[in-house]
Amino acid sequence: MAVKVLERKPLTLAERTYLPQIVRGLKTTLKHLFAPAITLEYPEQRPGIPAGYRGVPTLVKDPQGREKCVSCQLCEFVCPPKAIRITPGAVSADHPESAHIEKAPKEFEIDMLRCIYCGFCQEACPEEAIVLQNLYTLNGRSRTELVHNKQKLYELGGTLPDAHAKWDKKLAAEQRGNQRH
Amino acid sequence: MADLFFNLPPLVQMVLKGLAVILVIFPIAGASSLAERKVAAWIQDRPGPNRTMVIWAKYIPILGPFLQRLGLFQLLADGGKLLLKEDPIPGHVNKFYYVAAPIVALIPAFSTVTFVPFGAYWDAAVNAMRPLMLVNVDIGLLAVLAVGSLGVYSVILAGWASNSKYPFLGSVRASAQLISYELSLTLSVVPVLLWINAPGQEASMSLVRVVELQSGTGFWGGTWFGMLMPVSALIYLVSMFAETNRLPFDMPEGEAELVGGFHTEYGSFKWSLFFVAEYAHMLVGSGVFVLLFLGGWNPLPWVPLASVTQWLGLQNWPVIVGLLSIAIFMVKTLFMIFFFMWIRWTIPRFRYDQVMKLGWQKLLPLAIANLLAYAIGFAVLQN
Repeated sequence: MAVKVLERKPLTLAERTYLPQIVRGLKTTLKHLFAPAITLEYPEQRPGIPAGYRGVPTLVKDPQGREKCVSCQLCEFVCPPKAIRITPGAVSADHPESAHIEKAPKEFEIDMLRCIYCGFCQEACPEEAIVLQNLYTLNGRSRTELVHNKQKLYELGGTLPDAHAKWDKKLAAEQRGNQRH
Repeated sequence: MADLFFNLPPLVQMVLKGLAVILVIFPIAGASSLAERKVAAWIQDRPGPNRTMVIWAKYIPILGPFLQRLGLFQLLADGGKLLLKEDPIPGHVNKFYYVAAPIVALIPAFSTVTFVPFGAYWDAAVNAMRPLMLVNVDIGLLAVLAVGSLGVYSVILAGWASNSKYPFLGSVRASAQLISYELSLTLSVVPVLLWINAPGQEASMSLVRVVELQSGTGFWGGTWFGMLMPVSALIYLVSMFAETNRLPFDMPEGEAELVGGFHTEYGSFKWSLFFVAEYAHMLVGSGVFVLLFLGGWNPLPWVPLASVTQWLGLQNWPVIVGLLSIAIFMVKTLFMIFFFMWIRWTIPRFRYDQVMKLGWQKLLPLAIANLLAYAIGFAVLQN
């Protein structure tokens, strides 16, 4: 391909005074002076949270209101900053149909001053019980307030739809005698 | 009321008038800092300060939230904060000059107001317009230029007394810049002085006469000097930006290079005094520009205030005409202040060598050529 050498044109007198350029600049800024502000005024207007956002980790319940966590402690082991501490206990007696689940957390603490929002706990959880949801503002007046206990974690988590119904299927299978088909 | 005022001793009258003018300038200078933030925000597509609120204003139905959006109470908050916060004096400064610098900044900024006429009223006794100003002296314009340029001493004093590198560099830059642009500033107004001083007439540099010659009725009488001498107006405008240390010439501050420049070591109230002085300088500079080139208190070119007074039949209402003229003058001056801010967010800062080059190699020769051209032109016109 042939190279075409373009000659750089010398600046005209008007260009060398800069004045036409300044006037054009003034026109541009004047346009912006009357343009509507694009600021998101935060506490009143909230940003849209994209799907897959990693907010504050929470514990969720299934649609029947049962806690999904089985206290396997995988999240506790995988947690890089060691923010999670679980004390395993017995399954709550409120839901006799889930007595076949071996364990439930007696206490579940996430120290939000240590949490790095990496989402490993959510990835490791075999029950989809711990989920990093949309909450992105977190503050407290003391250190102890920022250690979320089980009650707080369930409060923040709420109920999420359960696509697998794993424990119901397992119960049904048990009642069928665990035969293969 | 008026009789009571005019029966007071002249000295007391002067002091009262002076205080009245300062009481107008000070809040305007303060409000300019808010306007600066608002204009900056609007140009950058932001809403700007819009949260500050005093409790009682919340209960005013529509006006309250509107004033809040406008950020009006931010002014009170800023002022209160600057007044009340701790005012430390660093250990390494020269205390006397350190404290003196902001005061020295204010004195020339407010003194120049003395010579600036800001309105006129129709005096039925002599059937002519009489100017409203503190003192009508013949050296008006010279005094404004001379006293106004004293402002740089505060910058030098602040930089030197701070005993610190960046403030010192800032003040050195300020003095060099001021000397460079003072020349073209002064030379640019000489054609105006030539125009207002016809031979055989008593010579005057009074700003009042400048406006009088722009408030005639014929084609030549009513032309504003900005149209007659656009190059002078341009040089004056550019030099004024440099004199007031505004972007694109804010070398003495240059926050990216010199931290804060000459006021790096200052805080709270003393710091705010520098800014009030800067805005007062801008205000007086803009006022003088309006008087020299934009027809002063005349509403439109070829439409002088005197004609408006006669059309409206206000000859016997000097107070109304006076207020009207002040309003017209203030609108023009505040537009110039807005223009300062508008330019600030349009043009980036020059490099220091570019500032010097522009001052000495471009503006100064241009100002001299302009002066020569007009001098020759006037000589030819007269013969």
